[in-house]
Amino acid sequence: MSEMVMNSLPVDYATETSGGFSFENATRNPMIMASKGAEYLPKLTKKTGTTICGMVYKGGVVLGADTRATSDTEVAEKNCEKIHYLAPNIYCCGAGTAADTEMITQMMASQLELLRMNTHSQSRVITACTLLKRRLFGYQGHISAALVLGGVDNINGPAVYNIAPHGSTAKLNYSTMGSGSLAAMSIFESDWKEDMSEEEAVQLVKRAIGAGIFNDLGSGSNCDICILRTDGTKDYRRNDVKPNEVAPLRALVNKSSLLSMVPGLTPTIGNPLIQPHPARVSLADVDVVMETVES
Amino acid sequence: MSQKNREGEVLTGTTILALPFEGGVVVCADSRTSTGTYVANRVSDKLVQLSDYIYCCRSGSAADTQALTDYVHYYLSQWSLDTGRIPTVKTAAHLMRRLIYQNKDQLQAGVIVAGWDPVHGGSVYTITLGGSCLELPFATGGSGSIFIAGLLDAEFSNGMDMAEARNLAKKACSHAMCRDGSSGGVIRTVVISADGVDRDYTPGNDLPFGPVAVW
Repeated sequence: MSEMVMNSLPVDYATETSGGFSFENATRNPMIMASKGAEYLPKLTKKTGTTICGMVYKGGVVLGADTRATSDTEVAEKNCEKIHYLAPNIYCCGAGTAADTEMITQMMASQLELLRMNTHSQSRVITACTLLKRRLFGYQGHISAALVLGGVDNINGPAVYNIAPHGSTAKLNYSTMGSGSLAAMSIFESDWKEDMSEEEAVQLVKRAIGAGIFNDLGSGSNCDICILRTDGTKDYRRNDVKPNEVAPLRALVNKSSLLSMVPGLTPTIGNPLIQPHPARVSLADVDVVMETVES
Repeated sequence: MSQKNREGEVLTGTTILALPFEGGVVVCADSRTSTGTYVANRVSDKLVQLSDYIYCCRSGSAADTQALTDYVHYYLSQWSLDTGRIPTVKTAAHLMRRLIYQNKDQLQAGVIVAGWDPVHGGSVYTITLGGSCLELPFATGGSGSIFIAGLLDAEFSNGMDMAEARNLAKKACSHAMCRDGSSGGVIRTVVISADGVDRDYTPGNDLPFGPVAVW
């Protein structure tokens, strides 16, 4: 008989984690913030200053989002995706902490798929809304995800829901979220009408996201659009509008060949310096052909 | 109960009220939901159906009161299936009170439970933030209620008919919406009696009453 070691478990359950959310510092961080100031805290989360919106039109719903992700004042990602998949007939725009919106929408997509396999029926928008609000309420606002949920189902038709991080929801005809929500809402409040055509609706959503991109510092880059129609078809238009394309502007600048590094500049063992580095580079070496500002 | 507002939370700075009349009760609310100084929703519905003849007026945190009413709605429908009877307003109110009292450290919810049942007719219960449940001749709640306490004390009387009660509710609500910055939007009313429920709304640009002074 082999010797039994009583006090050792195969896994250290006290320290083992299996992914998911960590709230270790939820109490500590505010205390440090109050006593010593925010600069003593490590910047851990990536808050996406965002403009997202959604609206109902005659033949379905249209969702829209910008594509800028920020980390404090720095643009961390110029072309990220903020319209997330939940079900074939349901999509969801996310604002707040990028990791939280990504994780919560992935979890919901998984739960909805399992539910569809169990019930052999289409997912409903109200189901997605209830699952999301229960999860967010359970975490008492610690998951910072502000969502605009949109979709079409056979029972209730097209619907847009607004979901706040603490778990409150509202069914609306049009909704905006994120730091650019005020700019976007001003567009909807002036021009949204009942029973708009798809063309009008997409145009309005583009204008709303454009208002966020140009008037809110936290939002920028391109505009993503997602259309979900009552006939069951959908249209996910990634980068539908690109108002901040830099390639054409950069092409206007004729860079001196002195500024571009050619292979062989760095000496390595067994491969001596074969090409000398340009001795001096001055502004005279840079040639700007044309200066135009595109509006 | 001095509880700090949680940052970024959606709160219903609110005017809600419930006035009973001969054979029923009318519940009434404004439609403004705010986050700080921003109106998060200008057409929200703070009147929630708990059972066929019982409604709840919500004030406080939107997330907390939505979770509470979802629970009470679920419990009451389960109770009705188990017993084959319709719940009394008293049952609904004390169910709500129990949830609020037992979780008062984590909740910000002041609600009015009102409705009709065959035992007591129309009745009104208010449940405070601390979790006490009081049956009252009529009830007001939310930040706008302080502006209309005097008006209702002066004009409310027992034995009003349905039209009188609804008119008074709309009058009080529009006065509160004029004076309270956290209340506004449209007026929503629900009349509950043995005949069923009757929903109605008045647009915010067509408020029946307001300050009459001209300056």
